[in-house]
Amino acid sequence: MQELTQQIRSAAKRLLQEERVDCVLGYREGTVPMRERPFFAYTPEEADQLVWTRFCVNNLANFLIGRQDRVAVVAQGCVSRNIVGLIQEKQLSREQVYVLGLHSPGMVDSAKVQAQFPNRVIHSVEEDGEELLVNGADFQERVKVRDVKRDNCYTCTHRNAVIYDEFLGEQGEETGGGNIDNVAAPWENLSLEERWQRFEETFKDCIRCYACRDVCPLCYCNQCFVDENQPQWCGKTVEETDVHTFHILRAFHCAGRCTDCGACESACPVGIKMRRLTSKLEKDIRELYGYSPGLDLESTPPLSVYSPEDPEPFSTG
Amino acid sequence: MQDKILDKSEVDALLERLGSEYDVYAPLRDQQGSVEWAALDSSSDLVWDFSNTGVSPKRFVFPQTECMMRFNNRSDDPEGMIMKQEQGLQRQQALLNIRPCDAKALKALDSIYCRDQTSNDVYWRDKREKTLYVGLACKSPCPTCFCTSVRCGPHYEEGLDILLVDLGERLLVRTLSEKGAELASNLSDAPDEAKQQAAQQKEEAEAAVRSQVGLENIQSRGIMELYEAPMWDREHESCLNCGVCTYVCPTCHCFDIQDETQGEHGRRVRNWDTCMSWLFTYHTSGHNPRGTKKDRFRQRFMHKFKYMPYKFDVIGCVGCGRCTQSCPVNIDVTEVVGEMNEPDLN
Ligand code: SF4
Ligand code: SF4
Ligand code: SF4
Ligand code: SF4
Repeated sequence: MQELTQQIRSAAKRLLQEERVDCVLGYREGTVPMRERPFFAYTPEEADQLVWTRFCVNNLANFLIGRQDRVAVVAQGCVSRNIVGLIQEKQLSREQVYVLGLHSPGMVDSAKVQAQFPNRVIHSVEEDGEELLVNGADFQERVKVRDVKRDNCYTCTHRNAVIYDEFLGEQGEETGGGNIDNVAAPWENLSLEERWQRFEETFKDCIRCYACRDVCPLCYCNQCFVDENQPQWCGKTVEETDVHTFHILRAFHCAGRCTDCGACESACPVGIKMRRLTSKLEKDIRELYGYSPGLDLESTPPLSVYSPEDPEPFSTG
Repeated sequence: MQDKILDKSEVDALLERLGSEYDVYAPLRDQQGSVEWAALDSSSDLVWDFSNTGVSPKRFVFPQTECMMRFNNRSDDPEGMIMKQEQGLQRQQALLNIRPCDAKALKALDSIYCRDQTSNDVYWRDKREKTLYVGLACKSPCPTCFCTSVRCGPHYEEGLDILLVDLGERLLVRTLSEKGAELASNLSDAPDEAKQQAAQQKEEAEAAVRSQVGLENIQSRGIMELYEAPMWDREHESCLNCGVCTYVCPTCHCFDIQDETQGEHGRRVRNWDTCMSWLFTYHTSGHNPRGTKKDRFRQRFMHKFKYMPYKFDVIGCVGCGRCTQSCPVNIDVTEVVGEMNEPDLN
């Protein structure tokens, strides 16, 4: 990983020195354990702050939206797919971005690490090959990376960047090892009552901070439906009806566009697993339309176009 | 103030006394293993070793969603469309093992919600008066805590009725108000050795607070100088303008009021709102006085570290570090405040 950090820094410096781009978007070291921070480097000196670790849990495509300058961006598989999505949806032009493609090592779920150390305060976490070194005031322990990856990283289907102007490091294994179709819809096999119960449980702690929405490169609407008041589609309370409306509608707005990058779950301050909705919807899109988002600049996301041949399995006549 | 002593094995007796008068809430371990505020059923659920809850307990005084009034949504009814105030809290509540910083935060908010006749928020006041605050001093502050820099600390007492200091098998019970003294009246006085142990813990805990911020330059600078400082251009860059920092914060207190109707029923509710959202300041005219992300980002820090100290002599932050810990892009409050306090703002 340190090698990749060096490669990112030198590529960034070169691009800035040659004035190929106005800034390089990557990560710099965070001040809390297991969270690097999105960072714009404008000068070769600033490029020395760039890092690449298993704690890069945002989706950098999100920070490209609305920018007028030429940006080089560090992008592993999912992020590059969201860049494709943004270009398809005309939020970004291909010429404006310079993609520094990477293979993703699979990112760490900090909550899973913390769960291994109940009652103990983690002061710092370092990477050491396939292990993490977890440090507290009075302890140091090792954790295997493969036990604490984010759920979405186990079932990732495209770990290598799908578009890039330059690929840094080696291309690697394409999948995370797990099969997304087996876990995409954990509630499909439940009875109606159980399913409702699971659904209620899943979202009961939501505080409607909208971090999941604001961290997501699909949610770039100038005015989100939850912020509209004429008509008011969704109430403002944290009562069930309003919380559920928000989550169901948001998930549907992401259908056929979500790359399962996991930024939403990583951002949530209370540990909500909102991928339980989006991964089910993406499974439906694969089954109904044979489409996976963000793989091809020339294709059109299925829910953005009407075709008389569109499947309608839900219509019972 | 009196120092009493309580064996942990006798906590039940105290809880029984509490329970007869109060609904009792405490930081408890949830199914996912994190410690969050919940109703306390049994003393065996109590957690003594935790840093702090991810979300602050302000909702017990300032619920995220609160019905203020109800009305009959019928204009043809003479009783219709008349707002009727909701009843206040039905039973008193006790916040057990609240961290000193969180109790101080509520005290600080009194200067906004019930300072005088012109700012007398009946909903806030009702719950403030019906709540008992039994604090638990901090033993091992998090790396993100900086309470000692903002007129607070791991054993800070203001805003509490009782402060508990965990001495292992025993608790030192320091009474800080009449209500607190009454609750602890049948406990025996703490021996000197226990008092010394507590005093030493206080010193150690204060020394263990690693993050520090300075505020002296912020205080001496004019509002416009800080407002126009170039630092905001870079500091705000990665901010998502989500609501995490303000919703987990014990001192953020903004809200939005809405009237809702369903058939014949109508109610007026207030919900937490956040200055990070563009909608918060959006005018009906279409003008937005805080129209950019930078404006909104700056507001959060200016409000807490300049406007509140300037207007009320109260810092709008107790140094709990929650915003830093929960921010999805790791905007670190101590870094931003550090920049505001730099000797040279350019
Ligand atoms: S980030 Fe979590 S708490 Fe915030 S709105 Fe999304 S699900 Fe709810
Ligand atoms: S939830 Fe829907 S309306 Fe809101 S920002 Fe996302 S896509 Fe847009
Ligand atoms: S500072 Fe962090 S938590 Fe607060 S609005 Fe910005 S991104 Fe969200
Ligand atoms: S601003 Fe941050 S550190 Fe200060 S009280 Fe609020 S959450 Fe805690």
